[in-house]
Amino acid sequence: MGKDKEVMASNAAVAEHHHVAPGDPPHIHHMDSSTAYGAAKLGMWLFLATEVLLFAVMFCSFAVMRYYHLSEFHDASNHLNLPLGALNTAVLLFSSYTAAVAVTKAQKGDNKGVVRNFSISFACGLIFLVIKTIEYTGKAEHGMFPFVWNEHFYEYKNFLGIYYCMTGLHALHVIIGMIVMYIYGIRPAMNNRYSGRYYTPVELGALYWHLVDLIWIYLFPLLYLVG
Amino acid sequence: MSHANHHSHDEVGHIVPESLFLKVLIALLVLTVVTVLAAQVDLGKWNIVGALLIATVKASLVIYFFMHGKYENRIIWTYILIPFVLLAIMIGGVFTDDPFRSKPVPLQVTQQP
Repeated sequence: MGKDKEVMASNAAVAEHHHVAPGDPPHIHHMDSSTAYGAAKLGMWLFLATEVLLFAVMFCSFAVMRYYHLSEFHDASNHLNLPLGALNTAVLLFSSYTAAVAVTKAQKGDNKGVVRNFSISFACGLIFLVIKTIEYTGKAEHGMFPFVWNEHFYEYKNFLGIYYCMTGLHALHVIIGMIVMYIYGIRPAMNNRYSGRYYTPVELGALYWHLVDLIWIYLFPLLYLVG
Repeated sequence: MSHANHHSHDEVGHIVPESLFLKVLIALLVLTVVTVLAAQVDLGKWNIVGALLIATVKASLVIYFFMHGKYENRIIWTYILIPFVLLAIMIGGVFTDDPFRSKPVPLQVTQQP
């Protein structure tokens, strides 16, 4: 019992010692905040490199499939809804812009600006997913959907297979990006967590969202335009 | 790396003005319109080359400005470029192998003599 109390007391002392005022960087042992910032960013870029490689495998399969089924890819690509795809591109580009602005706001210590701009990006992510759902539903109604087994799917099975794999994995990244922006951007900024001295999570979250945008920049012309 | 970037003051990172981001956004939207219009013209196999070129310009704008690539050091740029090099090796490797293989011959059941 006495030992427990001692431990609790020492834990409390540690917590007191490690208490971080809003806007201050967290205490990391043997590292000053500027080094911690550089290390975190380097780690994020390494992670983004692995994400690009994940999609690289799919782009490679796309290239091979397109090589073998060129006419199928041309026909099937024309069945995609180009206006909706273009609209989604614009939505994602705009959300990327607001995410970039959120980082500048955080650097200036404007937490309300972070909340506002990340919320716009978050809403754009939702709009993107809604439009994507409309597209998927439209395809499903024409039988061009996995597990809707009919001749329409089989006619374009190579293109549709890679289309659903790539856009599905991308949509998953949109959802993850939205969660990241909420947990590491919007919620802490509501508590005035960030300042010019500490905004690492805002920048890393924005980097992830830019990656989502970056992948779509390549997906849109490959799937919707040239097939 | 830490020696070159070691700042004694508290401020970290480069603050990019929001007006620059707006200009980049407008450029990205214009390029999107260009890529949609270019796809309406039939240029044969040059369609995909053009589309990928425009996409790469757009991606460079996003990395260079939105992702603060312009202000990053050489180590981060190595991390940015390595996946693209690996992608090129992978696609190059597949296309120097796969199309030059003989097409698979359907299995035929041969009768025992």
